[in-house]
Amino acid sequence: MTALLEVSGVSVTFDGFRAINNLSFEIGNAELRAIIGPNGAGKTTFMDIVTGKTRPDQGSVTFGERSIPLIGMNESRIAREGIGRKFQRPTVFEDQTVEANLILALKANRSPWRVLFWRPKAADLERVKELAQEVGLGEHLHRKSGELSHGQKQWLEIAMLLAQEPRLLLVDEPAAGMTPAEREQTTDLLVSLARTRAVVVVEHDMEFIRRLNCRVTVLHEGSVLAEGSLDHVTRDPQVIAVYLGRG
Amino acid sequence: MTRSFFARNPSALIFIAFLALFTLAVTLMSEGLGAGLISTSFVKTLGKTLCLCLVALAMDLIWGYAGILSLGHMAFFALGGYMIGMWLMYARTEEIVVAALSQGGLPATPEEVQQGIATQIFGVVGSSDLPAIWSFAHSLPLQLILALAVPGLLALVFGWLAFRSRVTGVYLSILTQAMTLALALYLFQNDSGLRGNNGLSGLQNLPGLGQTSQDLISIWFFWASALALALGYLTLNWVVSGKFGSVIRAIRDDEARVRFLGYPVETYKLFVFTLTALIAALAGVLYYPQAGIINPAELAPIASIYLAVWVAIGGRGRLYGAVIGAAFVSLLSSLFTSGRLPDIPLGPVSLNWVDWWLVLLGLAFVAVTLLAPKGIGGLFDRFQGVIPPDRKGAPLGPDDGSLQEQEAQQ
Repeated sequence: MTALLEVSGVSVTFDGFRAINNLSFEIGNAELRAIIGPNGAGKTTFMDIVTGKTRPDQGSVTFGERSIPLIGMNESRIAREGIGRKFQRPTVFEDQTVEANLILALKANRSPWRVLFWRPKAADLERVKELAQEVGLGEHLHRKSGELSHGQKQWLEIAMLLAQEPRLLLVDEPAAGMTPAEREQTTDLLVSLARTRAVVVVEHDMEFIRRLNCRVTVLHEGSVLAEGSLDHVTRDPQVIAVYLGRG
Repeated sequence: MTRSFFARNPSALIFIAFLALFTLAVTLMSEGLGAGLISTSFVKTLGKTLCLCLVALAMDLIWGYAGILSLGHMAFFALGGYMIGMWLMYARTEEIVVAALSQGGLPATPEEVQQGIATQIFGVVGSSDLPAIWSFAHSLPLQLILALAVPGLLALVFGWLAFRSRVTGVYLSILTQAMTLALALYLFQNDSGLRGNNGLSGLQNLPGLGQTSQDLISIWFFWASALALALGYLTLNWVVSGKFGSVIRAIRDDEARVRFLGYPVETYKLFVFTLTALIAALAGVLYYPQAGIINPAELAPIASIYLAVWVAIGGRGRLYGAVIGAAFVSLLSSLFTSGRLPDIPLGPVSLNWVDWWLVLLGLAFVAVTLLAPKGIGGLFDRFQGVIPPDRKGAPLGPDDGSLQEQEAQQ
């Protein structure tokens, strides 16, 4: 199986601090992967590099069948290639309705001229309605998203990610601030999403990862410490020493 | 989406109806075509106000919707004015020169006419050559194209440089202010080719219409300004009510998130910046023939700051707010600075409106920012019963939903 995303030999330094140190990472076309690691292990920086927010000092990042190099592209270009990102805090456009938020995210041409003359077709509105129903917001299409509860905003953001139809989804701590029931729903959703696309989840919560039941990559000081099933990595003495042993 | 544009945007219909009524009323009361109840100079003031409303619309699009506080849009306005002023002055001077030279009996050669025009226009700055930038001044169509092309290209290049380096917020405001100041200082020089601090004058005299009275011309320009404002309003309403408006409001609120949705944020900003510069230039083209004179002081940063004040007082992020703010404040400003209001004696000092108007305007601006951030436009929300919750304090977190501290305690 060829990799969808391939990160090799990437290093980045902030003011002399090596956030990512010769990191290599691969993920296949329809794969679910969890990334864990202590604070400062470079999890967020890793996502920043893949999505184009941070430019690494060295190394390469390639994406897709044709191995398009992502380094040097800006964030919006990378997003158009098919990489979606979900932040830890829900970031929806609070001043706009749920429907407007979803229409913004809907896969379509992003250039200003095309957007200026874009008018919703019946199929687009149907898709928006469908997505909203999928995440339980079917009743709230015309409400301003700022009025939604924290959990609903998380769901709206997930629906927006689905509307983008990304091939790779990067999810930063999805369980933060969710009730136990919502967590369960989230794990189910992530698992089903990973059947058709690649999903990378950064998470602290071990219980959550156990339920995802997927390969786990442990980051430490900017590089991969161990990789394998959750049971495999939790038995790894190195991992116990730097991460689990601290608890 | 089968409902018509006006059904979805009732405020646009109300606005257009109101503007049409206003135009009709002014026409019927004018000296040119009506009962003569209002003077020609006041018709010109009203026409100029409509042009200012049009720039305010542009300012609202870029500041109220896209969140870019540009303090340089009056530079584009004035550049449009300069470009149309060049043709007006050239063509008008040509008429005078041809008439003067033909008194000798022999028709003048083109060289003589050209020389005569150059001496007439540039004698005041001690030159008798026509600068290269006046090459197209003989032609109205060419100069009209320049009136849009020059400000448009300036905005495109300036915006490209600024947005590409991701300059945002107050730094961008300062940069735009520096741009308008630099242009003003350049134009103040006598050898800039635009008559230095004398500026261009006599612009109210339309070439070929020497016999037509200003009473009539003022009404024509008033109509043209009203039409431009109406078309500008409808265009911008169409722009902001669709997905494009949704994108630029999203950029205002969280531009990083918009990037991760795949939208090229910098291109959108450049698009809006250039579009609004073009609208400002168009307003300038209509404004300066009514004002009659343009000089580099029109490009001073204070002019663009006024523009921001109008939009803030009228209400950002809604088109009619910008129009109301511009009309209200600029008309009030011409009332207070006319010198016709009596001073109010206050013991040892007296309150002189001309001097105190700026202080009042400043206080009004501070008061609006602090107490009514939605400006005058916010009053319409009250009528419609749209009262936003008073959201203060930190979010409570997942369990208590979207309520914020102080809301939840009530």
